[in-house]
Amino acid sequence: MAEGDESVAAVSEPLDLVRLSLAEHVFVKLRGDRELKGQLHAFDSHCNLIIGDVEETIYIIGDEEDDDTIRTVKKTSEMLFVRGDSVVLISPQTQ
Amino acid sequence: MSETGAATVDDSKDPSGFLSEIIGASITVKLNSGVEYRGELQSVDGYMNIALEKTEEYVGGQLKHKYGDVFIRGNNVLYISQD
Repeated sequence: MAEGDESVAAVSEPLDLVRLSLAEHVFVKLRGDRELKGQLHAFDSHCNLIIGDVEETIYIIGDEEDDDTIRTVKKTSEMLFVRGDSVVLISPQTQ
Repeated sequence: MSETGAATVDDSKDPSGFLSEIIGASITVKLNSGVEYRGELQSVDGYMNIALEKTEEYVGGQLKHKYGDVFIRGNNVLYISQD
């Protein structure tokens, strides 16, 4: 560890960042204006994820053509399997 | 032609060579959805998965979120530019 910066040294490939988030709380952005917050239990190279204690937020843009209002719907689940191809972003939650 | 089979003007460079060269630099990543992420490039892999540090999320040019670290799945990437 030449630089002495553990966080940088530990991320030699992007998925290492996800590996460091195992058992931690993560924020996940999905395709289709959906977001998840929960505890990351498992992941693989496709970004298939197992997340526990999940709060899902769905952003719904107005149904009418000229309606730009955004409505949010929240759902909770004990455990979710997320298929990797819908994942856009994963961020460890620091609170 | 280099050993990787990539045809370039300067034989020492190819697209993935560019990416490994800008590690540590401040970059902008634009996704197919139009959302942009600005931050320091921590690492990239062959799928163009990206790890960013000190990331800012811009939607329609406006700052919407700040993240400490971010993993972006490569299939969503439209372009990567060095700031």
